[in-house]
Amino acid sequence: MTDILTLREPVATFTEETPPASIVRGYWQSVFYRLRHDPITLGFGAIVALIVLAAVAAPLIAPFDPYAQSIIARLKPFGWRDHLLGTDELGRDMLSRLIYGGRVSLLMGVVPVVIAAMIGGILGVVGGFVGGRVNTAIMRTMDVFYAFPSVLLAVAIAGAMGGGIGNGMLTLTLVFVPPMCRVAETATTQIRALDFIEAARASGAGTLTIIRYHVLGNVLGPVLIYASSLVSVSILLASGLSFLGLGVRPPIPDWGLMLSTLRQSIYVVPLVCALPGVAIFITSICFNLVSDGLRAAMDVRM
Amino acid sequence: MDYRSSDGSTIDRHDQYDHGGPAPLLVARNLRKHFPVKGARGKAVRAVDGVSFTVAKGETLGIVGESGCGKSTLARLLLHLLVPDAGELIFGGEAVGAAGGIAVKTLRRQAQMVFQDSAASLNPRLPVRDSVAFGPFVQGSTKDEARAIARDILSRVGLDPDMFGPRYPHELSGGQKQRVNIARALAVKPRLLILDEPVSALDKSVEAQVLNLLRVLKRQLGLTLVFISHDLNVVRYVSRRVAVMYLGRIVEFGPVKAIFERPQHPYTQALLASRPSMDPARRIEMPPITGDPPNPIDPPAGCRFHPRCPFVEAICETADPALRVVEDGKSHFAACHLRDRVLGRGRLADA
Repeated sequence: MTDILTLREPVATFTEETPPASIVRGYWQSVFYRLRHDPITLGFGAIVALIVLAAVAAPLIAPFDPYAQSIIARLKPFGWRDHLLGTDELGRDMLSRLIYGGRVSLLMGVVPVVIAAMIGGILGVVGGFVGGRVNTAIMRTMDVFYAFPSVLLAVAIAGAMGGGIGNGMLTLTLVFVPPMCRVAETATTQIRALDFIEAARASGAGTLTIIRYHVLGNVLGPVLIYASSLVSVSILLASGLSFLGLGVRPPIPDWGLMLSTLRQSIYVVPLVCALPGVAIFITSICFNLVSDGLRAAMDVRM
Repeated sequence: MDYRSSDGSTIDRHDQYDHGGPAPLLVARNLRKHFPVKGARGKAVRAVDGVSFTVAKGETLGIVGESGCGKSTLARLLLHLLVPDAGELIFGGEAVGAAGGIAVKTLRRQAQMVFQDSAASLNPRLPVRDSVAFGPFVQGSTKDEARAIARDILSRVGLDPDMFGPRYPHELSGGQKQRVNIARALAVKPRLLILDEPVSALDKSVEAQVLNLLRVLKRQLGLTLVFISHDLNVVRYVSRRVAVMYLGRIVEFGPVKAIFERPQHPYTQALLASRPSMDPARRIEMPPITGDPPNPIDPPAGCRFHPRCPFVEAICETADPALRVVEDGKSHFAACHLRDRVLGRGRLADA
């Protein structure tokens, strides 16, 4: 009983151990620090950067016009008359078409994921924070989409709406909203149960203020990690749709479409025919590995 | 910093309980909160079941009780973080949330809370100075004003604002985090601070530092404290008056000296007897209390303590005892039919 009672008056200054000031850094700073020290992620990130750069600068670096056809230059192997990677079934330069095709693939890979992350993120945060019937309504609606395999859903929606880049992106967005929403909802539900949300309410803050200052920052991490992993899925699905004739329309260069039209010539110029597939493979695996690195750097309990 | 001291609030002279002083800052009357049990119609966890007390301006009221007795629910009711099912809350003489009274938002400017889990009550993505500045910012200060308040209050809780302000919660120790939480609560200049087990998760040495800090801050800022804890020694150290809770009810209430030296309710006596003793001569041979607390979904009829009470009699199983003044002091209350028998003296006293 006397142990506490006999303590002398104010011990207002600190005597506890404090971490050295040099390690003081915020969450995002620590994420970048870990990313900088992860050679694998950096390497594959560099490849992604190259692919993006090539797509952006396509008109500058493509050696030929990707639409220029030539009846005598059809299905030529690597290195035929300055065509470094050969030509396709209409005599168009493969390298130029691959570079331009990267534009469509990246567009189809990134835009639907970004839009879906925003829509699904907002729905998930609202549902998770408000809870109750609102949450049930949102999440059960999402479950309806979940009932279909994503490829089947994409094919069905694209088939119903017709092809084209715009419809293709809309399709992929619709496919990605439910999983994004679920990720955001889970993260929000976890955050909402913590005391600092209650402390913020006790400070007199309204729901929107709390979401803005206390929820979004904590939900952003998981949403970003998940979105980055969806980019490669989106590229694959977009190529798949184009391959099936439900995405990009000819003559626009697109890896999936190129793969589809060249597959008839696989016995004539097998290596050339494989190129679009290789491009899809490299791009999606690079995005995937960068996403893994990002997850490792961000998924830290603090 | 400008801390309001007192105002001319009204006093309800007819209140059956001691005000603990001339002007109660907070009056709780018959607060009740039941949580419905999913899947069992009509059943509810009776977390807080008719609790009444007053908190005088400038005092420290301690609330003790074992796990699950409704302490934390009560704390949240006092701030309207949970809306009570019944009962009323009067802050500074005005009813909270009722017509003609003060709004819940006003209450939250004047009353703040410190939570037990010092880590979970700070946003891991914000530097602690921003967590502290959030309250004033929400209450209408500009960002610069809020930051200035945060600096001031951080130095008051013993943390150098330049050194600790930019840090994130994971870079602080438990005691430092709890100091930040106290700073966060004080940043909106409350008159009442509710502390829900503020030191339970801390080391003993750090616990003492935080308790002393609270005492200094209380004196400097003219605060009123409601201190909730399961640790009797801590409560004895900080409180002027103590309420003992059991299964959602207050079973004994009175000045700290009376409660600790002349406990009237068998539950309080058992609690006190169960404290670890430093004195080998006072070694505890038998557990003073046996069994777990009954299920608050289906509390026992009559006196809620009767299944565990060593002095139980027939009346205890049927009649629910009320909080009544006990013999040896007008401000000492207990809810027990048999307190005279327990004490071995006197008749059944009525208020």
